[in-house]
Formats: sequence, C-alpha cells, structure tokens
Amino acid sequence: MKRLAMNGDQAVALSWKQIDPDVVSSYPITPQTIIVETYADYVANGEVGTEYICSESEHSSMSMCIGASAAGARAATATASAGLAYMWEMLYIAASMRLPVVMTVANRALSGPINIHCDHSDAMGARDSGWMQIYAENVQEAYDNSIMSFRIAEDMGVRLPIMNCLDGFIVTHAIESLAPLEDEVVKKFVGDFKPIHPLLDVKSPHSFGPFDMPEYYYEHKYAQQMAMKNALDVVRKVSEEYAEISGRKYDLLECYRCEDADYVAIALGSTAGTMKQVVDDLRAEGHKVGSVKLRLFRPFPFQDVAKVLNGKKGVAVMDRAISFGAAGPLFADVRSAMFDNEARSPSFNYIYGLGGRDVGVEDLKKVFFDMENGNAETVNYLGVKL
Amino acid sequence: MISIKEMSEKPVRLTEGHRLCAGCAEPIVAKQVMLATDKPVVVANATGCFEVSTSGFPQSAWEVPWIHTAFATTSATISGVESAYRALKRKGKVQEDIRFLAFGGDGATYDIGLQSLSGAIERGHHFMYVCLNNEAYMNTGIQRSSATQLGASTTTCPSGTCIAGKREIPKDLTKIIAAHKLPYAAQASPHNWKDLIAKAAKGFEANGPAFLNVVTPCPRGWRYDSPNTIEMAKLSVETGMWPLYEYENGKWSLTGETKRIAEGKMERRPLQDWLKAQGRFKHLLDPQWKSVVDEIQENVDAGWDELLRLTKQ
Repeated sequence: MKRLAMNGDQAVALSWKQIDPDVVSSYPITPQTIIVETYADYVANGEVGTEYICSESEHSSMSMCIGASAAGARAATATASAGLAYMWEMLYIAASMRLPVVMTVANRALSGPINIHCDHSDAMGARDSGWMQIYAENVQEAYDNSIMSFRIAEDMGVRLPIMNCLDGFIVTHAIESLAPLEDEVVKKFVGDFKPIHPLLDVKSPHSFGPFDMPEYYYEHKYAQQMAMKNALDVVRKVSEEYAEISGRKYDLLECYRCEDADYVAIALGSTAGTMKQVVDDLRAEGHKVGSVKLRLFRPFPFQDVAKVLNGKKGVAVMDRAISFGAAGPLFADVRSAMFDNEARSPSFNYIYGLGGRDVGVEDLKKVFFDMENGNAETVNYLGVKL
Repeated sequence: MISIKEMSEKPVRLTEGHRLCAGCAEPIVAKQVMLATDKPVVVANATGCFEVSTSGFPQSAWEVPWIHTAFATTSATISGVESAYRALKRKGKVQEDIRFLAFGGDGATYDIGLQSLSGAIERGHHFMYVCLNNEAYMNTGIQRSSATQLGASTTTCPSGTCIAGKREIPKDLTKIIAAHKLPYAAQASPHNWKDLIAKAAKGFEANGPAFLNVVTPCPRGWRYDSPNTIEMAKLSVETGMWPLYEYENGKWSLTGETKRIAEGKMERRPLQDWLKAQGRFKHLLDPQWKSVVDEIQENVDAGWDELLRLTKQ
C-alpha cells in the first residue's frame, strides 16, 4: 500500500477501519476528536460494519465499551485528559472484568487550569487502573501500536484493556508520512474476536460484575497482576509477529546509541524522538550519550530497563507529569528498576513539557550537560520560569 | 392476559436463595417484569440492594445473562450490550431474538444515573429500564434521594425538632422520561400484577426504549412490618400518591385503580391512611407539622389534576 500523509489521529482511525471493531463508542474531546470524526465518515460511507455510538459522556463511553465487550463484541474508544479522568471509575471495572477494550489516549494535560496541550498527567492518573499502556513516538508508531493493541489485549493469557497513548497535538495533529498495511493483512493479523462467556450467549447465562467479599476480592486482584506479568512476553511476541508483516521491529523499549554511552536519558512518547536528534548532535561533538525510548509503561518492564541502564555515569528520567509531593511517576519506576543493579547508575528526574510547554533539541541538550557537569539535582524542572 | 397458573409454569429467571430482606418488593417486581416475555433476556443492574443481594460471588441468583458495572452506568452498559447485539446479529454471529432489561433503584435512576438513562433513551436503544423505586438510598442505610417523598424521615433528612424530614417534593421522573418522546413509559405497582405485567409486555415489545417506574415498598426504609409490602404498594396507588398510568406513543392513559378512581368507580383513600401506615411519616401526625401534611396533599392533588388533563387530551 502506498504511503499516505496523515496525522496521528487519522492514522489511528485508519487502523480501526481496517480492523472494523463491532462497537465504537465516541465522545468528542480535543485532541482526540479527529479520530471519532474520521471514523464517523467511514461509518457514514458504509466502509465499516461497526455499531458506532455517540455517548453523552466519557463515563458512559467506557461503560458502553464494557457492556459491548462483555456481550461478546470487539469494542474501542478514544479519549484524552478530562475525558480519561471522567472514566476513572469505569477503567478499574473494565480491567477487573478482564475485558480487552482498546482505547486510544491523545495525551493532554489535566485541568486545572484548563489546558488542551500535551503532557502525560492524564494517562499517569490512570496508571494503577489495571490497563496496559503503550506509547507512540510518531504517527507510524501510533498506527502500528493501535493494530498491535488489539492482539495484545485479546491474547488469552492477558485479556486486559489497553491504552494506546500518543502525544496530544505533537503526534495527534502532526502530518507525517505513514506506511499503512493492506486491509487484508491487518484483518488477518488481528483475527476474529474470541469472547469468553459472552452475555449474548443466552443458552449459557453468566453473571458479570458480581459483589465480591474479602474472601475472593484479593484473588481477583492477584489474577489481574498475573495477567499483567504475562503481558510482557505477549507484547514481545506480538511485536515480533508484527515485524514479519510490516518490516518494522518493536520491543518493550528501544535503545538509541546507549550501549557504550556514559549518560543516558529515558523518555516516553514523542520526546524520545527528539532525544535521538539530541544524541546524534552531542555524539558528533564527542559526548558519549544515548537514549532509551520506553514503549511499554504498564506492565513496566523492570528487567529490561534495569539491564540497559546498568553501569551508567548518569541516567536522566524524563517525566511529562508530576506526582505532586513526590516526583515524576516514571522516575519512581526507573529508579526502582535500577536498585538491584550491580553497577547502580546515579539517576536524575527531569520534569518537562507540562501543559504543552515546547521542549526542543537545545532544551534537552541541557539535561546531558547537567549530568556531565555534576549540576543535575535529584529532581529538576526543565525550563520552568521562576 | 397471562393467568397465575401459566405464570407458575414459566421458567424462573431470578431464583430463590438471594439475600434480599424479608418483605422486600424488589424481587417481586423483577419476577413480574420478567414474566412478561418468553424471549431470552439479558439484564443490566445498577449498584444497590438488588445487585448486592443477588450476586455475591461465587453465587448468583440469576438464570439469565446479567451484568453489573457501577452505580450510574446501567443504561450505558445495556446500551453497549444492545449495540453489540445489533452488530453481531448483522454479522450473523447471534441468531436469537433477545430483549434487554435494566434495573436500577431510585438513587441510580433519579439521581446518579439520570444522565446515562437520558442518553440511552435519546439514542433509541431497544431496552426497557425498570426503576425499583423505594424512594431512598436503602442499600447504604436509608438516605434521601430526589425520589424521597416530602416530609419523609431518612438518615440524611431526619425529622427533628426544627425540620420535619425531607423539605422538597420528589422529582416527577416519569414525566421527565416521557419528555424524551420515547415509545413507552409507565408507572406501575406490584400489588396490581396484571397491570404491571401488561405494561412490562408493552415495554419489551416497544419499538425503542421503554421505561417502567415501579413503586417498590421497603419495610426497613418505610418502617412497616414486612408482611405488609403489597398492602403498602396498594395504599400508595389508592391514596393517589403513586398513580398508575402509561405514556404510549405520545398518548397518556390511566390504568388500574387510578383509572377507576378517575371514573368515579372507586373512592380515593385519604392521605392520612398512607402517612399513618409508615414510621417514616410518624412525626407528621404531630399537629406541629400540619402545614407539611397540607403541602403533601396539595402536591398530590396538583399531580392528579395534571394527569387528568394529560389523559383527556
């Protein structure tokens, strides 16, 4: 299939069109809206067989996805920021019912003050909801991750919902060159939806969402945790299979010139792309630096992270969110992952880009210079105006 | 019309062994509703007494597919189930002709779930929503809802020396739902099972969303002896507190005892009979609160007159 000029939202909508989920529930919110608008066009033109529902809120959108998935349908939705926050109660319920709902999250700052631009505070707020989270660096990855998300979520060893995260505006609205797969290739890769005890199997009635007392609740939570553990290998396996049909290789994380680097920065999303340019520029000037793009945030690949960050002179952990009163949420996990390393690297947290504050190559170079010059604090606020 | 003998021969969809209180009207209403169709039914249930008491893991009293998600989300959940049904039926993956049913208490319906219910009705999903209206949050221990009657004492609007229980009139939800111009909405009571089942049958076969608001007396919350549940339901209708009527394709009509009272074939019983029968109104018998009793009466009369006007149109 020939290359297309598309933004991240359109690329996600295209992937959905090729998968043709049974039910899509939508509610508009910037910067996700282009996804559900584009999909509405596909529906209006008869290009998909989806039952497309316009909900009256994100809380209901997620409830509809839960109902549809439990009924035996493949269900998808998309949201951002306040919409994700409004779903919060239902996120836990989708995960605890082990329903493989797929949701694209166009990462946007949470109110208040109200702000429509990119940061990761929305997804980080949903960190502990039991959803898997996968992050895209660019439009191509948003498309590729979207397709892989369905396979990962629906794997019989996982059966958990997944968030396909892409940076608001930076990826959702930037037009890039996309190499899509053929429709048939996508359909074959994703396969038929295989429901478990669906509600619509009326000859075999099952109860979903019963009241759970202390005798059982803990075991159900443990089962969710084990499914998360299984997901690490499933993400790797699905990514390998995806490489066979696309030629594009993905892993749980991606190292960029970090094997022999003294100083390494680790980031999620589009910043990991900018960081590659920074690394190239600084390498050209003789600095031994590298970067790590973390693709999978939940489940967190502790072993992989620990391995690639072992024995560095400094590790900068880039957080586009704050856990107020602590530090960045990514920092807590990365630092913890390195704790048992034989050569534990000193680590520094960089909070950056909140509410869409632009972070360019020159800003990110400062992170490496700080570490090299011994100027990095434990927690740093990159570019904050004081 | 179905006979009692025929009803007794139908498969039981909500079995014995659930943990609802003795005298609770909820399983009575639910069974009557589900007797109104022979088609397979999928049920969504809001958080509340009915959900908690029929589903304690690893047991379930439900012999039909059943889902509970949260308090506010029953209508959205059944919307998702029904949408999946439409999609899978179109794709030939589901063959049966299935009916979709949602149960919620008055808290789940009048208050926290009203947006989700309104959205589902506006979108036109084929489902019937049944409000098990016991006029307060009974599962959490009798707190006021917007369905709670003026003057009723609850744990969050207790009667005291300065305040006579709830100070506001209840929301007229059935008319709010009818304002959505849906195919079918009705008020019903389990004491008149023929009327209730006939309404549920219409709701199941409506060409779009249907809504049934059912008075569901609660011995704990209303403070009466548990054997008197059906008598309480009957009193609520015969005093005019809970008129039986339906809104069908834009037309309003009275049914049951309400119709007979309107036609002069039966006397409307005095409000005092209703108030005296329930501990939650006991304080209103004190002459200090005569004005509250008068206000309840005025509100009942105004509602009655409005209903007569609507049904004459």
